[in-house]
Amino acid sequence: MKKVRLATVWLDGCSGCHMSLLDMDAGVIALAGQADIVYGPLVDAQEFPEEVDVTLVEGAVSSQDDVNRIQKIRARTRILVALGDCAVTSNVPSMRNSIPVNRLLQRVYVEGAQENKGLPVDGVPQLLKQACPVHDFVKVDLHVPGCPPSSQVILGVVSDVLAGRKPDLGSKARFG
Amino acid sequence: MPQRVLSIRIDGELVSTTEGKTILEAARASGKYIPTLCYLEGLSAVGACRLCIVQVAGIDRLLPACTTPVQNGMSVTTKSPKLAEYRRIAVELLLVERNHVCAVCVSNGHCELQAMACSLGVTHVRYPYDYPKLPVDMSHERFVLDQNRCILCTRCVRVCAEVEGAHVWEIISRGIQARLVSELNQAWGDAASCTNCGKCVQACPTGALSEKGHAVEEMVKRNDNISALAVWRGVEA
Ligand code: SF4
Ligand code: FES
Repeated sequence: MKKVRLATVWLDGCSGCHMSLLDMDAGVIALAGQADIVYGPLVDAQEFPEEVDVTLVEGAVSSQDDVNRIQKIRARTRILVALGDCAVTSNVPSMRNSIPVNRLLQRVYVEGAQENKGLPVDGVPQLLKQACPVHDFVKVDLHVPGCPPSSQVILGVVSDVLAGRKPDLGSKARFG
Repeated sequence: MPQRVLSIRIDGELVSTTEGKTILEAARASGKYIPTLCYLEGLSAVGACRLCIVQVAGIDRLLPACTTPVQNGMSVTTKSPKLAEYRRIAVELLLVERNHVCAVCVSNGHCELQAMACSLGVTHVRYPYDYPKLPVDMSHERFVLDQNRCILCTRCVRVCAEVEGAHVWEIISRGIQARLVSELNQAWGDAASCTNCGKCVQACPTGALSEKGHAVEEMVKRNDNISALAVWRGVEA
């Protein structure tokens, strides 16, 4: 059987969803038999490849760079999964959303800094006014809430998707 | 005065109840589940959350079960795809109005709103979040009011007025501006009428009211004793 091309993406999140993904112990081995991980923080690829079957997205969309990336990812992915509360609801990253970006950066990089006070300019993407859920920008095929979703939930969802089944999250996955 | 016995149908099943009861009371008495958030047994019912909506034959609007009195011969439907969809919408709208960041909430894992979203299969919210800027009142010696988590169910308002008799809480303003305030919009810590009983905290379905000194996930509440006390004292409206 042809292996499914699986990608994972880390936007504005804490990497906890990726940790939970790794936490599935032997489940990872079973998955590895069915899928090739073609992109993500766990592998080396620099460029998001074409024709990806399933992409798991961790994190909210917070910067212009996130927007560009998620649009490209969507265009190259068959089934896009918003994985975890940051991707689904914007969660903790959204706690800055009622503070103007300039004020926020001042507070963190000037008032809050011990040395090298000053706003970052080079090599960091421009923050959007607010951190928002992935589905505000692109079509999401499946939402998996949780902070993070447990490794069992992720394993269940990924196994279902790989097998072409529609996962029944029912009352298994909750916010928080 | 003996109350008239009425018979109604709930999901096709014949149920007998008495005049003056609500659909919700009749349903619960016959072991039927209707989801609720703003209702707390023993307190008056206000119909604020719309989770308990049901269909009544011959009426084309959905009616809240907690405030609709039974009528003889009424036929009530408590479960249908339409009701499930409207209940999901009600929860989603509560979620967009405030900042319900479950992951960092004192009530994470013990929250009625979170549990309701889960049981209704709300895996995401289809409406844009409002992200309002809201205060947290830490002025009370023992308790905290976090407006970010308040769903305006008024359970705190009612338990304070109807059981404790202190009338500390009320709602000011309208619509999206509506806010819970203590004693004429003063800081809670300055509210002379507050008896520090903590019933509002226990009655609150979310992390909006909590005891100080609890970190994320640590605020576990009990409201069965509030209901018992209220019913026992005959507070029930
Ligand atoms: S503080 Fe809690 S009990 Fe009071 S209105 Fe808000 S959500 Fe309801
Ligand atoms: S429980 Fe009936 S409207 Fe809230």
